[in-house]
Amino acid sequence: MSLQFNNEQMTELKRLVSRYPEGKQKSALLPVLHLAQDSFGGWLPTEAMDYVAGLLSIEPIEVYEVATFYSMYNLKPVGKFVFEVCQTGPCMISGSDNIIAYIQKQLGIQPGETTKDGVFTLKLVECLGACGYAPMMQVGKVYREHLTKEKVDAIIAEYRMQVIAQN
Amino acid sequence: MGVKLLLEKANVPGIRSYDVYRREGGYTTAEKALKEMSIEAIVEEVKKSGLRGRGGAGFPAGMKWSFIAKPEGLPRHLVCNADESEPGTFKDRYLMEFLPHLLIEGLLISSFALGSNDTYIYIRGEYAWVATILEEAIAEATKNGFLGKNILGTGFDCRIHVHRGAGAYICGEETALIESLEGKRGNPRIKPPFPAIQGVWMRPTVVNNVETLAAIVPIIKMGGEEYAKIGVGRSTGTKLISACGNINKPGVYEIDMTISVEDFIYSDEYCGGIANGKKLKACIPGGSSVPILPANLLLKTAKGETRYMNYESLSDGGFATGSMMGSGGFIVLDEDQCIVKNTLTLARFYRHESCGQCSPCREGTGWMEKIIQKIELGKGEISDIDLLWDIQRKIEGNTICPLGDAAAWPVAAAIRHFRDEFEWHITNRELSQTSNFGLQHYADPIHVPA
Ligand SMILES: Cc1cc2nc3c(=O)[nH]c(=O)nc-3n(C[C@H](O)[C@H](O)[C@H](O)COP(=O)(O)O)c2cc1C
Ligand code: SF4
Ligand code: FES
Repeated sequence: MSLQFNNEQMTELKRLVSRYPEGKQKSALLPVLHLAQDSFGGWLPTEAMDYVAGLLSIEPIEVYEVATFYSMYNLKPVGKFVFEVCQTGPCMISGSDNIIAYIQKQLGIQPGETTKDGVFTLKLVECLGACGYAPMMQVGKVYREHLTKEKVDAIIAEYRMQVIAQN
Repeated sequence: MGVKLLLEKANVPGIRSYDVYRREGGYTTAEKALKEMSIEAIVEEVKKSGLRGRGGAGFPAGMKWSFIAKPEGLPRHLVCNADESEPGTFKDRYLMEFLPHLLIEGLLISSFALGSNDTYIYIRGEYAWVATILEEAIAEATKNGFLGKNILGTGFDCRIHVHRGAGAYICGEETALIESLEGKRGNPRIKPPFPAIQGVWMRPTVVNNVETLAAIVPIIKMGGEEYAKIGVGRSTGTKLISACGNINKPGVYEIDMTISVEDFIYSDEYCGGIANGKKLKACIPGGSSVPILPANLLLKTAKGETRYMNYESLSDGGFATGSMMGSGGFIVLDEDQCIVKNTLTLARFYRHESCGQCSPCREGTGWMEKIIQKIELGKGEISDIDLLWDIQRKIEGNTICPLGDAAAWPVAAAIRHFRDEFEWHITNRELSQTSNFGLQHYADPIHVPA
């Protein structure tokens, strides 16, 4: 794997850096790490973090300490679709436990695991700001809300179809 | 129908676009502010309005603005706090998703008043699609001359940048947010210096909540005095409440703070009553950090007076018998909910979100989670309840930022009002694994749904 932004990603990098004052390019670190994660297969290997450090002219350690602090950065490979199911109070009282158990059963994995085919990862996360639309989960950049067992089945089928269509 | 100042146009088809927003009278208030008003006059209107910060602390916005330092040659910044991660809170998302131009108009007027040429919206990373909506709206506003250089020929330049966080509740705390905006871990700073003196890049900075900044539009439009006439006492204007949990109509509601808690929960205009014909057991009225109240203390104060949805009334009785308005995250629990389990999820949340800088918070949140977990699993001892009480007291007030207090309060309130439920879990180890303590004496008997 060669970890390099393509031209389009480089343009985006420049746009991100230009939002901050001269000499404060480190401020772009969080957005640039999002860009790197999206560009390099959904997670941040050390090589990607070192690459970002070079692009922003900062020390690699400055990138590591940030990447390990924020929950959205994956430091290990994840499946193609990551189900991040909210388990905090408001979702819990609205039935998230049942949904979590059901997803575990349907995918045959525990929280923190990825299916053998590398398609799905299940993660339990804290409040995502969708408490009124509970139970819910985040998958990539979208929220799937008002989850029921039927809806979970449909969502899993939808993503499986996407994988088949891409192969 | 109550007064609607923020969500009045939320249902107009296409209001998310510049054209429709403009056609509905959008940006005329910005024109008035930038062309006809002085900076001092704008700040004065905000002061007169009595607007209190909508992010949770309720600090008067006009006063905060007047603290900003104005040293020669140093740029100043306005930062909009869109981190919205307090469990139960999802009002800012609604505002940004459906009325992005209202926020941008508020940001423009506020940036002008504060002298911020580069204003940042710090939005929680998970709201990725909302960030896209905001960026599109900013591009539209720029194209139409309401952002960019020499706005409306006034010589004022303003750019608005959307900065996505990456998953950390603590970044909602204003100094952690500033650190995060600088590309660092979200470790809160020790105050002073306050952001108004040394904020982002050591420049004078004002951090305000999304709703606070959107409310600047109606305030400038109608004038501070008129705005202050809405509501009651020091709870002026309108407030967005995000209601969730076991109610018929979860959602985001704009209220004018004169409505009673009872009406808010049971009327069809708002929550529409408790779902599935159940009874109300308890409520966390202002986001997960504020004290939980049993139904009887929620609907009436300890003095037996009606409790209202405003800053003063919700906190009537202090922490002994009251709660707080907080962020407006209104979490309703029905008779089937277990207070121990609910408190456990919140304790886990705060342990997960502690940045780890202060030992009372870092260690204390972990201990609280473990002890409550033990009780929840039917393995607790009666002495654990006092131990929990002791730990939460040792966190409160002994930390750099208020997250420590925010972690301590929910545990304290749960024990204060539901101690018998904790005891029941401990004395009924097996039963508590298969059934719930239920309602007992917490509910107000008049609220038995037909
Ligand atoms: C742990 C913690 C989390 C916070 N999260 C938020 C948040 O998500 N959004 C917000 O506007 N304020 C949040 N605040 C409050 C901010 O520190 C700050 O008071 C607020 O943004 C100021 O804006 P306002 O005066 O307009 O309310 C949080 C505070 C703490 C201690
Ligand atoms: S109170 Fe907790 S979150 Fe706040 S600075 Fe201390 S350790 Fe960090
Ligand atoms: S508690 Fe699940 S989204 Fe808020």
